[in-house]
Amino acid sequence: MDDKKLAIIATKGSLDWAYPPFILASTAAALGYETQIFFTFYGLQLLKKKLELQVTPLGNPGMPMPMGMDKWFPILGMTLPGMQGMMTGMMKKKMKDKGVASVDELRELCQEADVKLIACQMTVDLFDMDSSEFIDGIEYAGAAAFFEFAGESDICLYI
Amino acid sequence: MADFDQELDASGLNCPLPILRAKKTLNGMEADQVLHVIATDPGSVKDFDAFSKQTGNELVESKEDGGKFHFMIKKI
Repeated sequence: MDDKKLAIIATKGSLDWAYPPFILASTAAALGYETQIFFTFYGLQLLKKKLELQVTPLGNPGMPMPMGMDKWFPILGMTLPGMQGMMTGMMKKKMKDKGVASVDELRELCQEADVKLIACQMTVDLFDMDSSEFIDGIEYAGAAAFFEFAGESDICLYI
Repeated sequence: MADFDQELDASGLNCPLPILRAKKTLNGMEADQVLHVIATDPGSVKDFDAFSKQTGNELVESKEDGGKFHFMIKKI
């Protein structure tokens, strides 16, 4: 049982897309999987010490809008300054009300459960990011290192 | 309801928190001890069944009572 492995590539840096990698990784770890998440491109936002993740309905017709907002605001209205911040605030409140964990909490649970968090070194360099921006306990590696683990994994997800 | 050694109230918590808290609590328990989990997330019924099958811990009892879900998990 304990030799099952899960490899995840996390590529997205928005509040909504922060959930799948951390939910799946923490749950897999609880089920006895050895788990790694490789964070690349915008996924690196999920490793920042101070998470400033936002959610946007722009380009996302599937996002349910609170209070029928989509009827009152045409899509252009969503581009107004402050709209993204407001949507993010509403989403966070809804999650809290429904007992959904925060991204910070899920990330901590992953680290407690020994999920290995790996930052893509190339993207860190590309975006001139600094390791001091990221949480402690992560590793830095490249594609070949990912395949070393992913090649032996039972489940491999690209998110 | 059968006897249990520890109780975890996961009421109000949503997926995957009830499972994660249960796992954490089980980690601190001895073999053959029983954990009583209370949850309100309807998804937890299938999740605790799957959790037991995959971790080997025995789901001794799973039932709904007054809108809450109760699970008895015996640590293996």
